[in-house]
Amino acid sequence: MTTVVTDNCQRCRFTDCVTVCPVACFHGDDEMLYIDPEVCIDCSACIPKCPVEAIYEEPIPEDKQRWIAINADRAPRLPVISKKQEPLPGAEERKKQLGFE
Amino acid sequence: MSNIGTAPNPVRAAIVGSGPSGFYAAEALLASEQTVLVDMFERLPSPFGLVRSGVAPDHPKLKQPIRVYQQIAESPRFRFLGNVTVGRDLSVEELKGCYHVVVFACGAETDRTLGISGEHLAGSHAATEFVGWYNGHPDYRDLVFDLSHETAVVIGQGNVAVDVCRILCKTADELRHTDIAGYALEILAQSRIRDVYMIGRRGPAQAKFTHPELRELGELADCDPILAPHDLELNRASREELADRRNRAISKSYEVLQAFTARPAPTRHRRCHIQFLKSPTELKGEKKLERVVLARNRLEGEPSRQVACETGEVEELACGVLFRSIGYRGVAIPGVPFDDHRGVFPNQDGRIVDGQNVVPGLYVTGWIKRGPTGIIGTNREDSVATVNSLLADLPNLPAGPKTGADGLIALLQSRAVRVVSYADWQKIDAAEVRRGETAGKPREKFARVEEMLEVLGVCRT
Repeated sequence: MTTVVTDNCQRCRFTDCVTVCPVACFHGDDEMLYIDPEVCIDCSACIPKCPVEAIYEEPIPEDKQRWIAINADRAPRLPVISKKQEPLPGAEERKKQLGFE
Repeated sequence: MSNIGTAPNPVRAAIVGSGPSGFYAAEALLASEQTVLVDMFERLPSPFGLVRSGVAPDHPKLKQPIRVYQQIAESPRFRFLGNVTVGRDLSVEELKGCYHVVVFACGAETDRTLGISGEHLAGSHAATEFVGWYNGHPDYRDLVFDLSHETAVVIGQGNVAVDVCRILCKTADELRHTDIAGYALEILAQSRIRDVYMIGRRGPAQAKFTHPELRELGELADCDPILAPHDLELNRASREELADRRNRAISKSYEVLQAFTARPAPTRHRRCHIQFLKSPTELKGEKKLERVVLARNRLEGEPSRQVACETGEVEELACGVLFRSIGYRGVAIPGVPFDDHRGVFPNQDGRIVDGQNVVPGLYVTGWIKRGPTGIIGTNREDSVATVNSLLADLPNLPAGPKTGADGLIALLQSRAVRVVSYADWQKIDAAEVRRGETAGKPREKFARVEEMLEVLGVCRT
C-alpha cells in the first residue's frame, strides 16, 4: 500500500491534510507536500481533507504512478510539516482552474 | 506572583484518558509557547486506548501511531499516571484543585444497543466486547463467546463490523503471528463457524465501511465474500449519492462490492455474506440465542437523507452468536456535565458547558467530545482545536500556582492506588514483547491488571 501527494498540490499547498495525519508523515518544500512512505500508515485520513484531491491511495491511477518515486525520494530529505500553514499565493485561483469550487 | 505559563508558574494540565485524542492533546499542549506540564491519567496500567485495544491485531500498521505517542511520553514535561480511575480513585473536584485545566479524552466506552426483544439472551453481544476480548482488554478478559454454531451474525456495517467479520472468518494461521490475545486465538482456532452475515439496515451506498477494509474480506485464505448482483441494485436517490464527488470514497467501496459479485462460485470453508436493507426486530431462543428475526427495508427520502423503512416482509435466520456494532456511547463521570442523549460531554469548541454556561477549566476532546466518528488522525485535528480553545482561555483562568500530581500522590497512596508511571509501563511493555517472542508474536498482552502489576513486583492480595 502506498499513499502519495500528486501534481494538484503544486502551487496550492493548502496543508489541510497534515492536521489529521496521525504519524506526521508529510514533508514539504516551497512547491508542495510529499508523504514519507516509510512512515505513512495508509489510514486515508488525509485524502478527503485535500481541497484539490491531490492525494491518491492504491490503486494509484496510471498517470499518477510517477509520484510514488517522487514522494519516496523527496520526503525524507525535507522538513516535516505537521501544522496547517497558509496556502501558496494564488492557491484559491488554481483550485478554481483545477475545477474545484 | 509569576505569570501563568512561565517556568516558575507553569500551566498544570491534566488529561483524562490515554488514547489518540489524549496524546494529541498532550502533543498540542507541549508544543505551545507557554510552559505547560502535562499529567495524563489512565484507568488501566497500559496507555494508548483503542490503538492498543480497538485496532484489529491483523492491522499492525494502524498501531504505528504508538511510536508517536511514545515520543510524546518521553517529554520531561509529561507524566503518565496509569491505574488511576478518575471519578472513582480521584474526584473531578480533587483534580480541579491541583490543575489549572483538565482535558477529558476518555472516549466512548460503551456501545449502543438495538433495543429489541431478546437482546439479552446468551449469545447476543456487543461487538466492542468481542473486540476488547480478542485484543486483551482487561474488562473483557473473562467473557465467553460460543462459536460452536455454524452461523454468526454481525449487525452493522462500519469498520468495527468488518473487523469482527474478518476475525471470525480468518484461519488461526492467519492470526497466529499477530498480537491477538493467546486465549482468544485458542477459542477462535476451534470455531465451527462457517457462515458470517454482516447485515445493514440501509443499502450499499450508505454503508459506513471503507474500501480498504472491505477489500480485505476478499483476500482471506479460507473464506469467500458472498453477495448477489441484485443486492447492489440502487434506487434513484442512492445513484445520485454515489455520483456525488464528495462520496467518492463510498463509490470505491461500491466497486469492491461489485467485484465480489463477479467472483467465481465460492469454494472455501467459510463464507462472509454481506446483506443490505435488513433490520433485526427480535432475537429468539429458549435459553440462548437461536434465531434472529430480520425485517426487510426499503429506503425513503432525499439523497443523503434516506432512511430505512420496513416493508412488512420478515425472515428468520438461525444463528448461535450475534454481535451488534451500531455505534458507541460515552460514559458519564461524576462531576462532569453529560449529554445522555448523545452520550458525550456537552461542549462548545471543546469547552465543557453546563446548559449554556462554560465550566471554567474543563475541556473535552475525541469521541467523548464529538461522538464516535472519524479515525485515529481525526482526533489530532480535534485535539488541536480543543487545545486552541484552552490556550485562548488561559488569561481568564485563576492564575495561582497549582501542584499537579505532586499534590495527589499522598492522597492516592492513602486510597491504596498503585500509580503506574510511564517507566513502569515500559517494563510491562518489555515483558509483553518477551512473552510474545516464543510464539512468534509481536507481543503477548497481559489481559489482567494484576498480571501487569505483578511485573512491577506488586503481589496479588
